Amino acid sequence: MLGLDSKDFKLLLIVAALTMLAPFILNPFPEGSGMAQFNAGYPDLMQRFVIFGIFAIGFNILFGLTGYLSFGHAAFLGVGSYGAMWMMKLFSLNVLPAIAVGIIVSGIFALAVGYVSLRRSGIYFSILTLAFAQMSYALAYSVLTPLTGGETGLQIKSTDNPLLSTIPEGEIGRASLFGLDMRASYEMNAGDWLFTFNAGYYIAALIMLLAFYLSIRIFRSPFGTMLRAVKSNQTRMYYTGLNARPYTLAAFVISGMYAGLAGGLLVAMDTQVGPERMFWTASGEVVLMTILGGAGTLIGPVLGSGVIKYMENILSKINKDILHEWFAFLPDGLEDFIVAIVYPFVGKGWHLTLGLIFMAVVIFLPGGLVQGGQKIARLFRGKKASEDSDEKSTQSTPAE
Amino acid sequence: MEAIILQILNGLDKGSAYALIALGLTLIFGTLGVVNFAHGALFMIGAFCAVTLSRILTLSHTVIDESKTDFLGNPLKVDVPYVYDFFGQATGDAIIDWAVPLSILFAIPVMMLIGVVMERGLIKHFYKRPHADQILVTFGLAIVLQEVIKYFYGANPIPTPAPEAFTGSFDFGAMLGFDPNMIIYPYWRIIYFIFAAIIIGGVFAFLQFTTFGMVVRAGMADRETVKLLGINIDRRFTLMFGLAAAVAGLAGVMYTPINSPNYHMGMDFLVLSFVVVVVGGMGSLPGAVLAGFLLGTLESFASMGAVLEVLPGINQIVIYLVAIIILLTRPRGLMGRKGVMED
Amino acid sequence: MSKSNFTRRGLLKTGAATGAGLALPTYLSAAAHEGYLNAPTGSTVTLGFNVPQSGPYADEGADELRAYELAVEHLNGGGDGGMLNTFSSKALQGNGILGKKVEYVTGDTQTKSDAARASAKSMIEKDGAIMITGGSSSGVAVAVQALCQEAGIIFMAGLTHSNDTTGKDRKANGFRHFFNSYMSGAALAPVLASNYGTDRKAYHLTADYNWGYTTEEAVRASTEAMGWETVAAVKTPLTQTDFSAYITPVLQSDADVLVLNHYGGNMVNSLTNAVQFGLREKMVNGKQFEIVVPLYSRLMAKGAGENVKGIFGSTNWHWSLQDEGSQAFVKSFGTKYGFPPSQAAHTCYVQALLYADAVERAGSFAPCAVAEALEGFEFDGMGNGPTLYRAEDHQCFKDVLVVKGKENPTSEFDLLEIVEVTPVDQVMYAPDHPQMGGAEASLGTCNNGA
Repeated sequence: MLGLDSKDFKLLLIVAALTMLAPFILNPFPEGSGMAQFNAGYPDLMQRFVIFGIFAIGFNILFGLTGYLSFGHAAFLGVGSYGAMWMMKLFSLNVLPAIAVGIIVSGIFALAVGYVSLRRSGIYFSILTLAFAQMSYALAYSVLTPLTGGETGLQIKSTDNPLLSTIPEGEIGRASLFGLDMRASYEMNAGDWLFTFNAGYYIAALIMLLAFYLSIRIFRSPFGTMLRAVKSNQTRMYYTGLNARPYTLAAFVISGMYAGLAGGLLVAMDTQVGPERMFWTASGEVVLMTILGGAGTLIGPVLGSGVIKYMENILSKINKDILHEWFAFLPDGLEDFIVAIVYPFVGKGWHLTLGLIFMAVVIFLPGGLVQGGQKIARLFRGKKASEDSDEKSTQSTPAE
Repeated sequence: MEAIILQILNGLDKGSAYALIALGLTLIFGTLGVVNFAHGALFMIGAFCAVTLSRILTLSHTVIDESKTDFLGNPLKVDVPYVYDFFGQATGDAIIDWAVPLSILFAIPVMMLIGVVMERGLIKHFYKRPHADQILVTFGLAIVLQEVIKYFYGANPIPTPAPEAFTGSFDFGAMLGFDPNMIIYPYWRIIYFIFAAIIIGGVFAFLQFTTFGMVVRAGMADRETVKLLGINIDRRFTLMFGLAAAVAGLAGVMYTPINSPNYHMGMDFLVLSFVVVVVGGMGSLPGAVLAGFLLGTLESFASMGAVLEVLPGINQIVIYLVAIIILLTRPRGLMGRKGVMED
Repeated sequence: MSKSNFTRRGLLKTGAATGAGLALPTYLSAAAHEGYLNAPTGSTVTLGFNVPQSGPYADEGADELRAYELAVEHLNGGGDGGMLNTFSSKALQGNGILGKKVEYVTGDTQTKSDAARASAKSMIEKDGAIMITGGSSSGVAVAVQALCQEAGIIFMAGLTHSNDTTGKDRKANGFRHFFNSYMSGAALAPVLASNYGTDRKAYHLTADYNWGYTTEEAVRASTEAMGWETVAAVKTPLTQTDFSAYITPVLQSDADVLVLNHYGGNMVNSLTNAVQFGLREKMVNGKQFEIVVPLYSRLMAKGAGENVKGIFGSTNWHWSLQDEGSQAFVKSFGTKYGFPPSQAAHTCYVQALLYADAVERAGSFAPCAVAEALEGFEFDGMGNGPTLYRAEDHQCFKDVLVVKGKENPTSEFDLLEIVEVTPVDQVMYAPDHPQMGGAEASLGTCNNGA
């Protein structure tokens, strides 16, 4: 179906179902209950899940297939965002041209960076990409301020008058898709539950499905096989008369365009861009997302980005008061004791939990979260299934 | 002229910090083959060894001073360090004053221990794992270490001054025949440079001239063969890790009077030290040191006003720009070995 | 199909919306009822406290959060009431806001605009916050202020000192109590002139981003007006940790004053380095060399240790102020937490109270009504003397403190002493001042979000 074999098609269907039903799945707890804190089904976070999913899927095309570890991928995200932002400020508030420009600008930038960086391999390649990204960040923060807004970034202002859009005087232009406001939401109550269906989220989710589908096609194509060959033995490839460079460069540019797409979508969903988006920690984050989920697997990067964004947005909001509320049923002394134990790991300590999860996953699940899923699946399905998943895991060898 | 001499001094000074960190990183990264993202955290923990020791030395009991009031109007509680009680105020002050140099003695065993525990408990299991896994686990560890320090010491920088005796500056200019006070350099920064030179020299001598060092070098080159010869290379690698941690820690201890330490200083240095190591060339200790000094000096020159007028913003990017140029003209950095972390 | 731009959660929290069964979606959101976003419908109202909890400003953020918790306690009638007793407006009764108990949610800005916006959005979309406040940098303040403008929520800025926040990036839904670069320059210059003379040569080191630019511009303009000459202004990268390469050229120049337009870790390090290089003992042209730090905070002073002694700077507020309001605040904060509040804590506490008071006076939580109540509002008893919330740019105008590092501190909090309280007239400027974005800067129209 759609040029996929049945297994991949099943995976695509599962991902499609998950993204389309995300407003339900991510809001499992009724409003007002103590557990509602863990609900993630609000538009902003759902958008971030799929956008960073796209970013990680793109990164995985380079890293998972070719093994080239780019440590500067956030630069493409940032450049894409700036491109899209300027498009919205000057040309049209419609998100489609903005996203398109984001992809194109990032693609060109990736072509330039990739052309230079891919002359080296291994750690030398990583440092070259890192250097380009750090230069982009530093310049965007300082001397390029007229272009990038510097520290305060770019937002759409009431004085902006895009060529094709008419905005009432004094109002601020809003991102839209042919008049459909990205922030428009439809809410559904079901008992104590509230589910929000946000236009922006669904547009981002559809684009992610498309991006995901493309990535499956790339993984399964002769091109993808060639990229895997680069990873396993470049020298042998060279001796058989094949030049690896064009393939890796193509992968690098595709991956950069995915980042540009993510960057453009970020701007489309939330009209703002700042230079921190290109800092090395942001580049590191996508590396971590991919490895955490399972590099080289199709679904892994999406899972990894989901976990990290969930921690960042949900865990960091749990404060002492909320903890006291949760444990209020305990006797006072015990309550204080438990809160004192849990508190360092949530709220302002959310980084600590993130670090511990990184360590735990890589120690116990060398193949990332995907391997964890496979382990569980194996437990349930018994012997026949285990052969099946063994086969799957050879397909998805964690990358180096 | 004076400006150039001063910037060379700055470059050497900055370079010595880069070189020290890069040296430790290269010991682990270029030789044991482990990408250690927690190395910056080791540097930071070293700095907090100094903070901790000065905290220990200033452990106090409170005395209520009725003659003064605190901000709420209550009688002021004055902290009196225990060392005052033991040695009297003058000696006590002197001991507290010398907290940073004393921390060197304190930091060496602590850092060695941390390094050994880290290697035995964690890194050992990752020698054969892909670099990606090493990155994830050491980055996780770095975050954890950082957060633990933040939990106990807060996020604000903590001042840890050098001993009173070293606060002044040395007048190089007068020595070289320039006007006095034109080319001066703070004593502590000179000490840092000398200290770095001694440590770097010591590590080289250790690897070059001792049997232990010889075995380690052999192990770096061919681990399996050394093992087959019946040498317990694993134990030596563990000690090397401890040594690298100690070097990073000492770099941190000595750095505290230059800049007040805070919990994220390791991350600030991490990326730069990776760039330094790679520009130096993977697996090359002299390369790391050379690159440290080279990048330190170039960074200093790029921040001169005259340079910035011609090339605004060059101070922001000079290190990365130079790194790109070097890596493009010399495929394995300045002195890299073939085949080390190239795939 | 309803098209509300942001979701309404407060509604459900209170159970006001009864479950209508799976198949029956609600078409009506509270926005449609009340005409504005996140209208509180139950017996509580939710405020969003968005402060840095990780990253270099985490300690400042923690202090802001303490202040907010204290403000909530006072608004709900707990504690000793703090500044509610000294505040010139008596609209607040200590029974919450408009009779609704104040609740709050917290978030981590990480001092990154993306993270700050994500956190603020989750407060608006998920928690139904009616107002967002906090933050410790201008980048974050401008980004979150723009978000609140788009969403239709009131933003009460925390610590943000750049001119841009109420200058070129001012917004109808955003309000700033903290002072700004222009005021720092205007307040500092006369004090510098009277202490160091009018014949001085200044060397600026400036953090290479927006806040640094506006601060340098303001300090230069006002010191040059006093007769000082600016011999050089060098920009330093934000990520710089060792400033030696920027300090040594100062030794060669004929400057006799060094102005450090740095904040946070940058300032701690550059000041420490400047002192290391013996600049304070230096004599140039027969004059003692001096260092100036335009924006001071106690937390930074603590980080720089001994090095701040005798160095001039400006600050929004200091706990040693003797007026009634400050005393009341210091007392309740100090009693609760055991140490005096920072200026960040003060501005956040005051912002929370000012917001609550404006709601009471407006009789509505609707952002536009609140904004109207705040615009042109004059008040006293909040620690800075008589203060005006100017309608044209939503900036507070009040006295500015010129401080200097204390020579003989009696405790670890007693690091700054007040040199002069610069009267408000001296730091006043026109809303279309060129440093404030000129004539083009406009608030736009207020947004109720529905």
